[in-house]
Amino acid sequence: MLKDITIGQFFPGTSLIHRLDPRFKLIITLIFLIMLFVGDSPIGLVIGAVFTFLSIALSKIKPKLFFKSIKPILPFLIITALLNLFFITGGDVLFKWRFITITTGGIKTSVFMIARIILLISGSSLLTYTTSPIALTDAIERLLSPLKKLKFPVHELAMMMTIALRFIPTLIEETDKIISAQKARGAEISTGSLAARARNIVSILVPLFISSFRRAEELATAMECRCYNGGEGRTRLRQLKSSMCDYIALAVTLLFLAAVIIVNIIF
Amino acid sequence: MAILKTEDLTYTYSQGTPFEKTAINKVNLEIEEGELVGVMGHTGSGKSTLIQHFNGLLEPTSGKVYLDGEDIWADKKKIRDVRFKVGLVFQYPEYQIFEDTVYKDIAFGPKNMGLSDDEIKSRVYETAENIGISPEYMERSPFELSGGQKRRVAIAGVMAMKPKVLILDEPTAGLDPKGRDKILGLIKSYQQKTNSTVLIVSHSMEDIAEYADKILVMNKAELFCYDTAVNVFGLSNEIEQMGLDVPQITRVFNKLKERGIDLGKEVFTVNYAKDLVLKALKERGLS
Ligand SMILES: Nc1ncnc2c1ncn2[C@@H]1O[C@H](COP(=O)(O)OP(=O)(O)O)[C@@H](O)[C@H]1O
Ligand SMILES: [Mg+2]
Repeated sequence: MLKDITIGQFFPGTSLIHRLDPRFKLIITLIFLIMLFVGDSPIGLVIGAVFTFLSIALSKIKPKLFFKSIKPILPFLIITALLNLFFITGGDVLFKWRFITITTGGIKTSVFMIARIILLISGSSLLTYTTSPIALTDAIERLLSPLKKLKFPVHELAMMMTIALRFIPTLIEETDKIISAQKARGAEISTGSLAARARNIVSILVPLFISSFRRAEELATAMECRCYNGGEGRTRLRQLKSSMCDYIALAVTLLFLAAVIIVNIIF
Repeated sequence: MAILKTEDLTYTYSQGTPFEKTAINKVNLEIEEGELVGVMGHTGSGKSTLIQHFNGLLEPTSGKVYLDGEDIWADKKKIRDVRFKVGLVFQYPEYQIFEDTVYKDIAFGPKNMGLSDDEIKSRVYETAENIGISPEYMERSPFELSGGQKRRVAIAGVMAMKPKVLILDEPTAGLDPKGRDKILGLIKSYQQKTNSTVLIVSHSMEDIAEYADKILVMNKAELFCYDTAVNVFGLSNEIEQMGLDVPQITRVFNKLKERGIDLGKEVFTVNYAKDLVLKALKERGLS
């Protein structure tokens, strides 16, 4: 049940994409998002798709995992696409029945929307699939570090994110365990009357909160025992180093973006 | 007829992902009614995965589980009844306590069974007495109790459902030797009083040696053996090779044997060892 969540999961590997500097990966992902939303012609979208598929192929991650991350939002996607299809008017009318009109404009909008969202989720999944959460927050901290001058608590924010990300799997595991334990005592989580279900949710939330607080306290003590006192003067075990590959990857991404913009201007 | 039976029971976690892991592989076993079974094995050998199949918390990837001769997955809607017949106490069960009084927490299971209030009350008090929680604790918050007491409250919560089979996953984990003996003694007397079938999971043979009628040993996702305690301890060399501890007393007797003093085989309780030593001394005219 809970163990099937793949969004935000990291699959270790040694592919080219895995080895890219996380800072560059983050920036490339941002450029990729811009690429998707700038392109409003079919060719622009195809360029974005080519970029996505190329990256996925290079990452050597099974395509099945990308379907898995898209699956949960599929119903939502289909409903919005249908609404777009029926209610957006523009272009030639292809079909008309009572209040429903299907126009070429409507078809175009819904196809674009579906394609964009699928590419968007695949692309951002690729980022988390190939980058460990720790590397990702490290990268965010580095990229945001100019904001420190404005007294923005960059280090604290990054540390909070690292800890939160670190504990997501633990929390999922813990929740699974508590659900199992209460099921073993006959609690019905997914069936039963509303009142019974509410009571059973309490039986899961209370132990979960208690253990989270206990964990937080233990972690705080452990950090203090190791003399943690904020980001001031702290050095890093893993230094982020960029290589030629990173610059090439960035250049290729920029080329794709340029292509999308040029296509926009021409058509 | 065996109360619990498995047929080629196999379970794979995260099937179809890079994290795929077969935790138990083709396990065949039959557990007779009224036995106290020790389930042993190294950490990660699949003990917890195995026992979660007995009450239907995990559905086999392949293979079957029979309770009283019936396939528990024959009708998915009846799986909840299986959970009342096979009570499962998880590892560190004190972390699943959530009610604000000891009474309410023990009553959670029986309430889910839909019993009458009178029946619930009598069961809660009876179980509490059996497990050494005195009535004055009933209206206290379980969170104020000591670690050992909390664990006993949590175990009582499952015992109060009066399952035919009670399974406890590492009930002694994290307890001091005194607390460990207390819990194991209470479980043994519960079993004798109710004539139920009890499975105790542990990675320490010392824990189980004294109490279990039969011992089931898991090794690397497979069933290594399932036999009477005497026969299993006869395999103490193989078991030590798996990285499991055999009881200290067994080690002492094995070493004595290596040095030419053979006092008897399969010694695993101190009392039995004492008898053997005294007998040997007498035979040699030393006492
Ligand atoms: N929820 C889970 N998801 C994935 N793998 C698991 C899960 N639970 C256990 N495993 C794996 O299955 C194997 C057996 O685990 P388990 O049954 O807990 O062993 P034991 O109780 O004997 O220590 C281990 O290798 C463990 O890593
Ligand atoms: Mg275990």
